[in-house]
Parts: sequence; C-alpha cells; structure tokens
Amino acid sequence: MQIFNFSQPVNFMRLKWPALLLSVLLLIGSAASMFSQGINWGLDFTGGTVIEVGLSETADLTAMRQMLAGAGYPDAVIQLFGSSKDVLIRIPLRPDLEQAKVGQAVLQALTGELAEPVSLRRVEFVGPSVGEELKQDGGMAMLVALLGILLYVAVRFEWRLSVGAVLALGHDVILTLGLFSVLQLEFDLTVLAAILALIGYSINDTIVVFDRLRESFRKLRDATVDETINHAITSTLNRTVITSLTTVLVLLVLFFMGGALIHGFATALLFGIAIGTYSSVYVASAIAEVLGISREDMLPPPEQDDAEISELP
Amino acid sequence: MLNKNPAWRYLVVIAMLLICMLYALPNLYPEDPALNISAARGAVVAEHSVVELEQAFAKADIAVKSVQLLDGKVLARFASAEQQLQARDLAKNVLGSNYITALSLAPATPDWLAAIGATPMKLGLDLRGGVHFLLAVDMQAALDKHLTDLVSRFRTDLRQAQIRYLSVNAGPALAQVVIKFRQADDMHAAVLLLSGQDRELLLTESQDKLSLQVSLSEQRQREIRNYALEQNITILRNRVNEIGVAEPVVQRHGADRIVVQLPGVQDTVLAKEILSATATLEFRLVDTDSDLAAALAGQLPVNAELYYHNDGTPLLLDKRVLLTGDHITDATSGYDEYSQPKVSIKLDTAGGSLMSDASKDVVGRRLASVFIEYKPGSELNADGTSVLVKQQEVINDATIQMRLGRDFDITGLSSPAEAQHLASLLRAGALIAPIQIIEERTIGPSLGKENIELGISAIQWGLVAVLLFMVVYYKAFGLVANIALGANLILMIGIMSMIPGATLTLPGMAGIVLTVGMAVDANVLIFERIREELAEGRSVQQAIHQGYDRAFATIADSNITTLLVALILFGVGTGPVKGFAITLAIGIITSIFTAVVGSRLLVNLIWGGRRLQSLPL
Repeated sequence: MQIFNFSQPVNFMRLKWPALLLSVLLLIGSAASMFSQGINWGLDFTGGTVIEVGLSETADLTAMRQMLAGAGYPDAVIQLFGSSKDVLIRIPLRPDLEQAKVGQAVLQALTGELAEPVSLRRVEFVGPSVGEELKQDGGMAMLVALLGILLYVAVRFEWRLSVGAVLALGHDVILTLGLFSVLQLEFDLTVLAAILALIGYSINDTIVVFDRLRESFRKLRDATVDETINHAITSTLNRTVITSLTTVLVLLVLFFMGGALIHGFATALLFGIAIGTYSSVYVASAIAEVLGISREDMLPPPEQDDAEISELP
Repeated sequence: MLNKNPAWRYLVVIAMLLICMLYALPNLYPEDPALNISAARGAVVAEHSVVELEQAFAKADIAVKSVQLLDGKVLARFASAEQQLQARDLAKNVLGSNYITALSLAPATPDWLAAIGATPMKLGLDLRGGVHFLLAVDMQAALDKHLTDLVSRFRTDLRQAQIRYLSVNAGPALAQVVIKFRQADDMHAAVLLLSGQDRELLLTESQDKLSLQVSLSEQRQREIRNYALEQNITILRNRVNEIGVAEPVVQRHGADRIVVQLPGVQDTVLAKEILSATATLEFRLVDTDSDLAAALAGQLPVNAELYYHNDGTPLLLDKRVLLTGDHITDATSGYDEYSQPKVSIKLDTAGGSLMSDASKDVVGRRLASVFIEYKPGSELNADGTSVLVKQQEVINDATIQMRLGRDFDITGLSSPAEAQHLASLLRAGALIAPIQIIEERTIGPSLGKENIELGISAIQWGLVAVLLFMVVYYKAFGLVANIALGANLILMIGIMSMIPGATLTLPGMAGIVLTVGMAVDANVLIFERIREELAEGRSVQQAIHQGYDRAFATIADSNITTLLVALILFGVGTGPVKGFAITLAIGIITSIFTAVVGSRLLVNLIWGGRRLQSLPL
C-alpha cells in the first residue's frame, strides 16, 4: 500500500509564488490580529489566581458569579472546565488584594453559600513578576532555538537553505500564535511547550526535504533547480505525509482524551503540524530557490583525496 | 552475504532491552499508603517503637502490611488510605508529641528489584497532588539592614577616633553610605581609618573634600544576598521537616528565590503559616543560685524562669534578657586554636555594645541561648486560622570567659556536627530578610490521580492507533516497526526511572505521547527509502542495505536539530517545560537507537542474507 505513487515528479514549484503570497497574507493576518486583539495570555503569563473546584451537581455559574461579586470579587471570571461539574474561577491581579490569600478566601465564600459540598481541585497563584519573566524566558528560548538551528543548518548544508528553514519555522510559530489570537484561545505554559515542540517537529520535516534536495542536486546533473526541488519533494512526500499522519493520530487522541489541562497543547500542535508540513514543502524550499540556490552550492567541496590518489603508483 | 549480523550485536541489544525492562518494572507496582515516623527534639526511634506501634495497630484492628525501621525512621505500610489515616491518629497518641508523623505513598517495589536500585519514576506535583510555592527573598531589606548597621558602626568608630563629622547617612544611591565633614582634614583622617578597616568598602571622596561616599563592593553585596538566601533556606528546611512531609523539596531557584514543594499536603493555609512562622533567639544568664528541684515542684523563684534543654534537662534562667537574636549578623561553625569545634558569632554595632555592657560584671557565669519559635497549634482562632503556640528551648549554655564584644565564640561543643547545628539555629534566630510568596500551585489528590489516568489512557490509545496504522500500511515491515516502537517505550520508561533527577509531569506524559507519534518517523524514512531502491531496480538485499544506510544520514541530521531544541528547552525552561524537554530528549535518542539499530537487526534476521524476489512491504 502506498499513498502516492508518482511516475513523474510533481511540479510543486509551479505554485511557489501563489504559495508564498498566501503565506505572506496569512502572516499579515496573524500579525494584525496579534496587534489588534492581542493574545489571550493564561495565568502563567499574566499573574493572578486560578481556582478549580469540583461540585457534586451541575454548576450554576450565574449564582456563583453573584456569590463571588458579593464576596468582593466582581472581576472574577467563572467558566466550566472539562465537565459541567468542574468550575474554573480566575481572579486577576489587583493591587489591593493580597493574592496569596485569595484562593482560600474564595473557597470559603463558596462553601459558605453553596448548599452542596465544594472540593478544591487546584489553586494556582502567580505573582506579576513571575509571569513577565516567563514571557521573556519563553521568547528567549524560541530565539535561541531558531539561532541554533540557523547555525547548524548553515554548517551542515548551506546558508540559503538555513535562511529558508528558519523563515519557515518563524512562519509556523507566527501562524500558530495567530490562530491562538484570532480564536482567543488561552495561551498558557503547555502551549508554550507545544510551540517549542513544534519548532523541533517542523525542523525535522524541513531537514528531511533538504537532505534529499542535496542528494538530488548531486544526482540529477542536467535538471534545472525547479526540477530538482520538485524531485526532492516528490520523493519524500510519502514519508512527510505518513509521519504527519501518525503524529496527528496521536495528537487527536490527546485532544479528545488528554483532559482539559492538555487541550491547548494538542490544539497548538495539531494546527502547527499541518502548517509545518505545508511550510517545509513550500516556504523553506521556495525561499531557498528565490534566494538563488544552485547546483554548484550543493556539490561537495573539491576533495583533496583525488589528487593524492593520482600520485600513487 | 549482505545483511547478516554477528550474534554479539543481537546479544548487546537484547541485554540493553532487558536492563531497561528491569528498571522500568517498578512502575507497574502500585504504591502503598504509608506513614513515615521520625523523631524530633531528643527522642529516638528504635526497635521498641516498632513493637509499640505494631501492638497498637493490632489492638485497633488496623491491617498493617509491614512496619519497618529504615535509617532511623519507621515506615508503616497499609492496605488502604482510610487505615492510613486511622493509623496516623493512633500513632500520634501512642508515641506522643516528640515524634513527627507524615502521610506518604511508599513505592511497593519488591525487594529483589530494590536491591539493584530500581525505583519507580518520580511523579511531579501535577500527578500526585501537593503544594508548590515559589518564594522571593526581599534582598532590599537585607541590604538595608546591613547599611543601617554600617551607619551606626561608622558613627561609633569616628567618635572613638575623635574625628569630627557632620552626619552619617545611608543612601541616596543603593548600597551606599555618605559621611559629611566640616573640614577636609577630618575627612582625610576618616579615609585613613576606614580604609584600614575593611577592604570590601569602596571609598570615594567628593570634589570639595567635605563628603565621603562609602559603597559596598559587588563581592560584599553578593555575599549579603547569598547569606540572606541560605539563611532562609536553612530555616525553611527545618520547618518543612517539622510539618511532617515525606520527600519535601526546598531548593534555591536563581539569585533570590526559593522553591518549596510539599507533595501530598492539601492544607495550604497551614503550610503557609508554618513557612512564615517567626523564630527569635534570646541570650540569658543561667541562674545557679536558686533551687532547681523546688522550681520543678512548682515553686518558681521570683527573678528566674524554668527552661528545658533540647535533650530534656531542665535549668533555671534569669528573667532579664541580655540580648535578642536580631542583633546577630552572622554565626559560623569552625575550629579554635586547639582544633576543638566552635561557633563564631558576629553582632551588629548596637548588639556589640549591649553585649559588652551586659557581660562585663558576669564573667564566670553561664550564658544560655534560647531558641523561640511560634508554630501553628491545634487550636483555632475565630477566623479559622490556627493559634500560634510559643515553643522555646535552650540550645546551648556556656561559661562566659571574659567580657564579650561584637565578635565572640562558643566553644566546648561535643562535635563539629553539634557546632554546625548550633550555628544554623543561631542563624535561624537572627533577623532574616523577609520572604514573599510569588507563586503558589495546589493540586488536589483527585486531580492528580485523574491526570495520571488521562495520561496513561492517552498513551495507550495513541499507541494502538499508530500500531494499527503501521501494520495496515507497511504489513510485515510495519510489525517490525511496531516492535521497535514497543522497545522504544520500554527504553524510555526504563531510562526515566534510572535517572534520579527526572520527574514525570503532565506535559512530560504529553511528551511521551508525542514521541510515540514521532518515533515511527525514522522507520517510515527507512521503509520509504527501501521501496525507492526497489523501484529503481536493485536486488532485495541491496535495497535493504542501501535503504538503511542512506536513511541514516537523514535521520541523524533531522534528529540532531530536534535534540538541539530539546536541550535549549531544558536550559531555558522551568518546572513543567523542563520535564517535557527531558522526555523529548530521551525519546529522540531511544527512537534513533531502536529504528537504526534495533529494527535493522530484526529486518536482517528475518529477511537478510536470503535470495528473495520481493519484500512484504
């Protein structure tokens, strides 16, 4: 069984300009969304208090909202979390509140007024400085990772490919951030981990294509650059699709069965892998081509061995 | 013949798998609800405590799995959590208040596995429930306290050297004291005096020669910060041990932060109270004239109070407090000129003059150090918080040999360990830099359990989906890939259990699931390559050989970049992100191994070295 069985290389590069245009439009859209409505940062980044409580019956959110407003938390955000009996309460940072005590106070307010027993599932409090640092550290991790990859690919392959790979990664990250901004999904620590994992996954994909590209350049001596790239992408297409498929399978399981805490993680990776598969075909290779990669750049450096061998008797 | 491997290669791979399997085994055994009982303040846990407990449990009909004495602690295992709770109350009654009883989960690793050092994976707080605190030490307060002391020291020193000054004040800049003079000559004299005193002070003269800036060197500031941090960590460790938590973590985190993790603790209010409890220290003279026996019988002398040593011996102390602990600026253990253990105490300027005044007429009498702590007790205030109970004990008493000043030593200690312990208690009683909770995460036990169950079922179903897909798509070769995937999981879990620092967290479990999806990648690359080689008309054996060889370069390149990302994640990330990075990195390495080495050996064993017309691929 084989998904694709092409006798001729598919002409992927025919669509390189429309594809690049589409990517640029998507990037502009993502940036616009991030600037206009921003990212819905989770507790890990903004600071504040999150309380998850379990009830024995279906929760009446309106009543709980009123109770908390009465207890001095009119700005509390209350929502169901995972099931109709789990409730997530967010209390934003406020200078007049002693945040470290909010969790207990809210729980007391609820147990006092609700007839049914309330069980505390988790309380998380994050101070303002911690969240700010996490944003900086996370951004730093991403930059360092991209820079490391830029260097490694430049050394192992060629600088044009390196630029293509890193731009493709940046493309994947920005579009995923854009998705979280457009849909206003919560961006928490697990989503950050997912985006960093996405960088790892997506570079994997791109390197496989590049590796084949290098081989094709050396093998197909009379082909044009376009033809060579098409050949490399076509011959790795089966692998690209199958690996994405198995990973997506597993992520779907995580998405549906992993519980509410891991939802953001699965969402980010599902979207990111779709984008990453597309970008390793179109963005990375197309950019390398636009930058003017040629067969000569990919040939092994003239080896000293040949000269020595000819001198041997 | 192509694609034949020597037997030793198979043996090496099988041996590696078996070892990892052995170390992964403890994870299959469920944990027992258990009690950890350790001794506090002078009490000792010994065989008789074990017997006492066993009898008490038998009387109350509590089924005990085992009661053992391990490293000076009693570990009692129970069949259920209810019995564990009953047993805790019982143990508290039987043994009294000098013992600390902690609830815990003890791994039920069989002895033969424990003997080779195999232990289950450590679970993060998000999987086992508990409290996590991140505390920030107020370094500004620590520096300010030091500067205030410096100001009063300069005033005294200048006065004693008869140098006239206008004012000595802290600030305006950070870590700086400014001394103002009326005449340039005075400043000159002051510079001479101060520069000889302390090399860590940087002196800057002003243009008009009338004011002198004294700032603390970077080195000194770093020392002050480190001291404030270490002091807090020592105190927190002592307190956490007193709460009775099994496997607590108190760790330095960066330049001015402390992480405290208390697995299994649910009552954050109590935990916070204990963490923020204050300790002080008092120096008092020992009253040897009054009648101790009468005092013990209830007839206290007018000007003395009854105290107890930490080993339980009673003694009478003067009511008057010579000095309080907030004047202590440092206490370190070391050796005197006769190589006997000692503790050196440094006081601030005010403390030094108090001590010198107080001790000049009492040379020859004994001086006791009393350690005082306020801890939450069992009674409750009206607002539901615990009433703080004052606990005090004499940690040392020594004869005053001469008039004491700002620096003095306590000698005559029995061992270097005692000196260290005393120094740490003295530091704990000194004024400490305040700490503030800047992050708190409490995970209820039910949520932790749920997270584990969700994680395991996600791994199972993810695995099933991938296994099915591979068999359908690659047929017999798919089976080989599946065996490699199974081996990969065993290797991963085995290695995670072997590394002592590796902790499994929820994102870590997500990392395992993701690795399952990505681990087949290497095999997919290889199989696709073999198909291509076959399509180009190579013989079956050639195709297998070339397929593995050519795919290897690609696999190596692509995985090294991913590994790079995992390492960066580990370096920059904290807590959960680190946990994820560890699983990802281990998963990458094991998946390369199982695909490149493991699956190749298997393929060669089945199809290698034979004349075949086609492959079941």
